[in-house]
Amino acid sequence: MVNNSDAAPGAAVIVENLTVVRGGTPVLDQLSLAVPRGRIVGLLGPSGSGKTTLMRAIVGVQVVKSGTIEVLGLPAGSRALRTRMGYVTQQASVYDDLTVRQNLAYFRRIVGAPASDVDRVIERTDLDTVAGRLAGSLSGGQRSRVSLAAALLGAPEVLVLDEPTVGLDPVLRVELWGLFRSLADDGATLLISSHVMDEAKRCDRLLLMRDGRLLADDSVRGVLEVTGTDDVEQAFLRLIERGEPDLRSTNETEAQR
Amino acid sequence: MTPMRTLATAGRVLTQIRHDPRTVGLLLVVPSLLIGLVAWIFTDTDVFSDIGPAMIALFPFIVMFLVTSISTLRERRSGTLERLLSMPMGKGDFILGYALAFGLLAIFQTAIAVSFAVWVCGLEIEGSLWLLFAVAVADALLGTALGLLASAFARSEFQVVQFMPVLVFPQILLGGIFIPRDQLPEALEIVSEWLPLSFAIDALQAVAGDTESTEWIVAKLLVIAAWIVGSIVLGSITLRRRTP
Repeated sequence: MVNNSDAAPGAAVIVENLTVVRGGTPVLDQLSLAVPRGRIVGLLGPSGSGKTTLMRAIVGVQVVKSGTIEVLGLPAGSRALRTRMGYVTQQASVYDDLTVRQNLAYFRRIVGAPASDVDRVIERTDLDTVAGRLAGSLSGGQRSRVSLAAALLGAPEVLVLDEPTVGLDPVLRVELWGLFRSLADDGATLLISSHVMDEAKRCDRLLLMRDGRLLADDSVRGVLEVTGTDDVEQAFLRLIERGEPDLRSTNETEAQR
Repeated sequence: MTPMRTLATAGRVLTQIRHDPRTVGLLLVVPSLLIGLVAWIFTDTDVFSDIGPAMIALFPFIVMFLVTSISTLRERRSGTLERLLSMPMGKGDFILGYALAFGLLAIFQTAIAVSFAVWVCGLEIEGSLWLLFAVAVADALLGTALGLLASAFARSEFQVVQFMPVLVFPQILLGGIFIPRDQLPEALEIVSEWLPLSFAIDALQAVAGDTESTEWIVAKLLVIAAWIVGSIVLGSITLRRRTP
């Protein structure tokens, strides 16, 4: 088995032999992977495969049993990383009894971003029309955009987004992927989880997970080539059948781009 | 920890409460209503003049403990605590921000409760009203601080709720309301001498009866203050950024 993290110099996130145990059972088992800088990496897998646990470990809020995680060259959870990373949990983590603007103004002060950042993230997430409303009175999709907007404050270099498009209408979903792409173009690294396989094609690279292990860590094209399909869902099934993960180093597949 | 983040948190908590007028109303008047109820129960006896001061200690203490631990519980449930702790938020900023916001509410609540007990329920205070107010505020702040400690110490929502009977009830039972503390079995009497609520009840009763010197009462007040500071510091230390 190739350990691709060795071949990923300058990666934004490097995970090596990560094991996380929750309630006595291993949720992540000797996981190694790398997330290259300035790319959108999709983290896909069925629910219960360990996506959220991996994301929490990278953000530094998960108790880890063994292994190492480096983010931007620092151990995950380092104080210095807290202004350089943005994290969006699956459930919108905002204050329902504050308005959108009050929520963002508060998080803005915690992050230490300039005051103008509030308007910037409201505009980027298309929340202008609801900025004065209580977060609790918004639709699920709007609330999750408030949660996303909060993560964009201070323009973090690494964004970890747990299912940011779940429950959104297709138009909004396309708009958000447009936003993610423009953030990556500006140099940000995005790790985005999803269980919607057709979103995979919008990513630069894919991490396919199942039962706490990686089925694939490759470019989208690479995964499809290896499995001989043009559909990520099919690729997922073929990788399970094959019983051998598709782990190809960033350098190897970057050359294909 | 930075004053900016602490104050931002205190301001945010107060803004949240302002959006919920009913909570503000309940918070401010419930202790007074309960004191009134106790006074009414004992209308034809002189019991209220004995236990009235203890009631001023008891109700704001419990209400503030509950409100504080539930608010921080909500913060846990909504995921905002996890978000804040992944941001450059000091654990002390979080705890102290809450303490400041609820401390401010405690001052108003106590002012109303003390006024209600004295001027509406006719509780006779021989000593200084200011001293009574100071001890009562410290006592309500103690409720806030212990509520924060409980929720910081807890690892889950259920645990937070369990800390109410664990931390609060023994203090009420051993505080000298049911039976004077010097009549307790020796072991329990020793324990009761260490519990912070006992200091508050002793001090309030001493002010009401004007039975002790100001220095004696201020000494009790300082012990309560030490408990408040200790709980906030311990809460800041035990709050975990990483959870299982």
